[in-house]
Amino acid sequence: MSAPVQEPAADGAAQFCDQCGEPSAAAGHDRCAVRRTLEPPRFCPQCARRMVVQVDPFGWKARCSRHGETTS
Amino acid sequence: MSISTTSTSDRAGQPAAGNILATAREQVLERGEGLDQGQVLQVLQLPDESLDDLLALAHDVRMRWCGPEVEVEGIISLKTGGCPEDCHFCSQSGLFASPVRAAWLDVPMLVEAAKQTAKTGATEFCIVAAVRGPDERLMSQVAAGVAAIKDAVDINVACSLGMLSEEQVTRLAEMGVHRYNHNLETAKSYFTNVVTTHTWEERWETLRLVREAGMEVCCGGIVGMGESLEQRAEFAAQLAELTPDEVPLNFLNPRPGTPFGDLEQMSGPDALRTVAAFRLAMPRTVLRFAGGREITLGDLGARQGLLGGINAVIVGNYLTTLGRPAESDIDLLGELQMPIKALNETL
Ligand code: SF4
Ligand SMILES: [Zn+2]
Ligand SMILES: [Zn+2]
Repeated sequence: MSAPVQEPAADGAAQFCDQCGEPSAAAGHDRCAVRRTLEPPRFCPQCARRMVVQVDPFGWKARCSRHGETTS
Repeated sequence: MSISTTSTSDRAGQPAAGNILATAREQVLERGEGLDQGQVLQVLQLPDESLDDLLALAHDVRMRWCGPEVEVEGIISLKTGGCPEDCHFCSQSGLFASPVRAAWLDVPMLVEAAKQTAKTGATEFCIVAAVRGPDERLMSQVAAGVAAIKDAVDINVACSLGMLSEEQVTRLAEMGVHRYNHNLETAKSYFTNVVTTHTWEERWETLRLVREAGMEVCCGGIVGMGESLEQRAEFAAQLAELTPDEVPLNFLNPRPGTPFGDLEQMSGPDALRTVAAFRLAMPRTVLRFAGGREITLGDLGARQGLLGGINAVIVGNYLTTLGRPAESDIDLLGELQMPIKALNETL
């Protein structure tokens, strides 16, 4: 599967849902909002690339090949 | 395989359903003899009105045959995602369109996670890899990781690396891995609905080798995958036959992109009935609350489970999903006056 990779907004704002990778502005993220409480991010909020995510007992690290690492 | 509910009347010959709690009290609580498959089914069929009584009995059984201690464990994914197998519940299979990408953890990160886990009071640290079975690269990484953890942290190290050869079992035992997790996942009669790339018997064979090598056997599975109550009872009986040292009980957390991604979550009462039924089938085992309890049972779940037969928890996060903060569970154990099992008791 490949995520819908797109160019980020000029100001680097989060424009994609980190759970499903679809544009944040689109409808249908109710399940994503619920999921987010028990899920690390899976898609880069800036470009929607699928991130490499490492969960450990007390946190997580997510890395986008373009936009770098985020940690919990 | 299917079993008949009509052939399972209790020993006094009375109608079984209304009487199963009394039977269980005498058979399991007093004599320490687990319920058989037909009896477990009757427990799973009890109405919601009996749930409180059932949980109280399961708790009494756990206190009598295991004691008040709770075994606390942390788990870590050494190799995440990209697995060639097709377990239909699993977001780490490379065969499904799951958003989970492959990742490897290095040894320093493994040691750090073990240190943090030990700080919670946990005595178990389980290293998990998403593989059919370990290759040489993984075995070397595990050997380096286990040695580094043993040097730096006072904690029991367990592993879950899929199916093993006899030689691999021996190597893990020699590394000092004290317990090996390999789940049968579900009833034998339902297994092909869940996994098609390997068999239930192959899993059983690994468990046999693990026991032969002297490691503790940790074997459980996931309930709420579409199996019938009969099959859930069958699974409990098959686990009981294996007599594992530990049974991790997971509730399906439907993962996006997997074949089971759209299944309904199990209801809270069903989940708690399953906890109690498994305890009554296996009065002496370490019965661990594993994944899915947060979404199936919510915040109250930990308390209800610990007062309904559970005597072990995974604290903190899971392999790819997040759990309750470890402190919440540790605080709860204090409140319930359930001491954390100490390391010297498990060594
Ligand atoms: S073998 Fe393990 S990691 Fe691989 S698909 Fe099955 S459950 Fe997932
Ligand atoms: Zn979304
Ligand atoms: Zn990005």
